[in-house]
Amino acid sequence: MSGNVIAESIPKLLDGAALTVELVAIALAIGIVLAVPLALARVSGRLWLNGPVYGYVFFFRGTPLLVQIFLIYYGLSQFETVREGPLWPILREPYWCAIIAFTLNTAAYTAEIIRGGIQGVPHGEIEAARALGMSRLLVLRRIILPRAFRLALPAYGNEIIILLKASALASTITLLDLTGVARTIIARTYMPIELFAMAGAIYLVITFMITRAIKALEHRLSPHTRPPRPA
Amino acid sequence: MSDIPATKTQGNGRPLALEVVDLRKSFGPVEVLRGISMQAAEGDVISIIGASGSGKSTLLRCINLLEIPNGGDVSIAGELIRMKRTRHGQAPADARQVDRLRARCGMVFQSFNLWTHMTVLENVIEAPIHVLKLPRAEATERADALLRRVGLYERRNYYPGHLSGGQQQRAAIARALAMEPALLLFDEPTSALDPELVGEVLQVMRGIAEEGRTMLIVTHEMAFAREVSSRVIFLHEGLIEEEGPPAQLFEAPRSERCRQFLAGGWKAKRDPAGGVGLTP
Repeated sequence: MSGNVIAESIPKLLDGAALTVELVAIALAIGIVLAVPLALARVSGRLWLNGPVYGYVFFFRGTPLLVQIFLIYYGLSQFETVREGPLWPILREPYWCAIIAFTLNTAAYTAEIIRGGIQGVPHGEIEAARALGMSRLLVLRRIILPRAFRLALPAYGNEIIILLKASALASTITLLDLTGVARTIIARTYMPIELFAMAGAIYLVITFMITRAIKALEHRLSPHTRPPRPA
Repeated sequence: MSDIPATKTQGNGRPLALEVVDLRKSFGPVEVLRGISMQAAEGDVISIIGASGSGKSTLLRCINLLEIPNGGDVSIAGELIRMKRTRHGQAPADARQVDRLRARCGMVFQSFNLWTHMTVLENVIEAPIHVLKLPRAEATERADALLRRVGLYERRNYYPGHLSGGQQQRAAIARALAMEPALLLFDEPTSALDPELVGEVLQVMRGIAEEGRTMLIVTHEMAFAREVSSRVIFLHEGLIEEEGPPAQLFEAPRSERCRQFLAGGWKAKRDPAGGVGLTP
């Protein structure tokens, strides 16, 4: 009997895992695109740029992701202007609410990670680029950001894994992600140990693949830290 | 502020690569440059000497606007760098002009400042490709020739972290030369090197000087300054205290301060046994 339930659960759990990966991947992709200008605003030295971004980062790092999800999913619908606004078809969908919450959350963390990377680029190397007549934008594109991404990569790998696990909170707003599927099956079968163990194992497998991918990318991007190959 | 005609020359008829007029720079309350005026004709090799804090490096960094001077004019190859007044003093009027003129002044730093995530070759072709818009093949050809000259062709695919200090500095010199600059600025190029690596860098610089390139060299290597310079400038507390041909300045300095400086320490900074202590 229980063996039967487990076998029947696996395809459903994998469907849930697919949704988990989808939510996380979309949030990460938009998040990093937002994070680069946010990080630049943080290091701009201009209060009118840095101030608002600091406030944004402070809020999203300082409150629980669950609270952020609830504020967006349940909170926004309290306002009639939102319910009648043009964005309502999106904002009433739990799927998009989860993506918005994850994206804003990861963008805040990633902005700080990239800021650290940017500030880790040795000043002399930036000066050398400027002294060769490279414009600010060119220095940013060719020297600062490539260096900053390399420096930020280990911390960013951590952020990916943290977001993957935090995405289990999507199940609290009815989404059938990996955790959501597990909870639904448990409600029907009363087999929490088996199902959470399987869900946990799937999270582990995904985390393992992410770790390997980040490690491979780090290796590819850092030939300068390894002993020279014979020419 | 009138533009200086491009044909302006020094007494000897060679066009000016650099003209500095009444250059001033302060850091907060500290006046580092208190009104420097100097010229370099094409082909001049000028060494700038002086005690720490005399303003040597600041002078060099004001010429290519790595530091923004508080007053005075800088012209490179006959073109005046235009400045505008701001609330805090002055700033370049045209960032593009600054970028364009910087591309014509190579700079070699005390700490090399190679881009560590790029190979030696990538370091040398970066600015020619992205600033001068040279095709990659042409930039690579130019870089290879320069790397042969500084003795690094075999190491062109190495990363800076895999090279000695002397090799890194030679690569940095090749990077500066790849822009075919009208003026080369050397900011204490051997001060960060182990004593046994100084010679190879000076050797490369000697070769460049012999080619007739215009060079401004801030250095503590007195023997080298004396050998390669066409003129030597002694800075003291932000002013040019003495200026002249090396034979005169080193043999018979007119200023008492210059005499004291030359007698006191720097000559003996590196004794033949390889010690680096300052003799009292």
